[in-house]
Amino acid sequence: MIPVLFLGLSYDFRWSVLWTDGHGGWILEGVLTTLKLSALGWVIACLLGIVFGAMRTAPVRIIRWAGAAYVEFFRNVPLLVWLFFWYFGAPQILPQSAQEWFNRHGAEFWSAVLGLSVYHGARMAEVIRAGIQSIPRTQFEAAVSTGLSVVEAYRYVILPLALRLIIPPATNESLNLLKNSSLALTIGVAELTFMTRQIETYTAKAFEAFTAGTLIYLILCLGIAAVMGQVERSFQIPGLIARVGRAEH
Amino acid sequence: MTFDWAVIVSNWKFLILQGLMGIGAFGGGTLRLAIPAIVLGFMLGVVIGLCRLAQRPWIRYPAVLYVEFFRGVPLVMVIFWFWFLIPQMTGQRLPEYTVALTAFVVFEAAYLAEIVRAGIQSVPRSQIDAAASSGLSYLQMMRHVILPQAIRNMIPSLVTQFIVLFKDTSLASIIGMMDLTKAAQIVSQREIRPFELYLFIAVVYWICTYSMSRFSRRLELRLGSPMGNPA
Repeated sequence: MIPVLFLGLSYDFRWSVLWTDGHGGWILEGVLTTLKLSALGWVIACLLGIVFGAMRTAPVRIIRWAGAAYVEFFRNVPLLVWLFFWYFGAPQILPQSAQEWFNRHGAEFWSAVLGLSVYHGARMAEVIRAGIQSIPRTQFEAAVSTGLSVVEAYRYVILPLALRLIIPPATNESLNLLKNSSLALTIGVAELTFMTRQIETYTAKAFEAFTAGTLIYLILCLGIAAVMGQVERSFQIPGLIARVGRAEH
Repeated sequence: MTFDWAVIVSNWKFLILQGLMGIGAFGGGTLRLAIPAIVLGFMLGVVIGLCRLAQRPWIRYPAVLYVEFFRGVPLVMVIFWFWFLIPQMTGQRLPEYTVALTAFVVFEAAYLAEIVRAGIQSVPRSQIDAAASSGLSYLQMMRHVILPQAIRNMIPSLVTQFIVLFKDTSLASIIGMMDLTKAAQIVSQREIRPFELYLFIAVVYWICTYSMSRFSRRLELRLGSPMGNPA
């Protein structure tokens, strides 16, 4: 192919490296792994976030304190360190047989799921705490005074409001999780970034490989953001303009 | 299973001085990377944030594109772009430190620009009108009226983002820069004590980030609650 003048230098573009020699399969496999990793991590992170976020608003001090301890410890340490800890460090305390079993059954992938979900669970807990705390207490009192039970008040008044309010920050956090799943390449999970890196290694065509990876991430992120924006609008309560602040780091 | 915490004691110089501070033969260093990255990233973020608010579309749209692009891409990808493309285009490898610093500044500026924009937009419109009607120029207005109020409103989000940036510097270890994470990796490979080492650096990172968030809370209290945004 003809070298093209690119940023003042001649560079031989060869976009075919993205689909020849089975590289297309690598990319597809990478995308699927990224999605699988993110989806699993997201479900667990949401569950952890709901439990610990609710704990942080509990009326009992010790429960509040336990929620805060989880959140402050896990979100203040880099995700990369957690991945290394779960993948290299934590198995050290398991018996030898358990380590071997774990290694035979996709230790990288499950360590990545664990690392992502525990780290993002702490961040999600902050989103949910802010959501719960943004509902004025008077809403609850008004609901109960109309004769609703506590469960009904939560089911019909508090939750429908809180869930709507947390859609934007929770979407933001979910996209962070998706982008952060790229760190799993450091412990050998063959996700999208890993695969683009592998294409670069095999073909030395960095520009093409990273363009493909970057565009796929952009499409995924912008696509999810657009869908969630639509969801937010279609569930919007007219006149309600309250917003929940972004989750802190 | 027994733990051997002595491994931390015997390697503390390498971990803390070399890894965290960047004092030693390998250069790098988490703090030596994070501090310039925060300062330069903030400066670029202010410029891009102001561009996003510009009246002229040919200034505003490139800034919008910049922010949306970098917020939709993982940081690892951006680091790889710089790490693999600079050598291909210029024919020579740059040191890991330079590549990491460039990637962080470019990437984090997109997030900081959004904070700067929101901060400026949080200043009531009447303040701008009042400043303009008293005859101040655009730069005088920014310098004396808008930015002092905007920065106060931005402090919580800014510190939050600085903490994120601080944690993100661990990614520099992926291209081989000697930071706290890389130092722990090296010691752990030699001593085969990953549990103790990764837990130790987790605590070191935690102390740094937690003190940053404490400091920010103190600063917020000292400056009082932001205008029009009762805390």
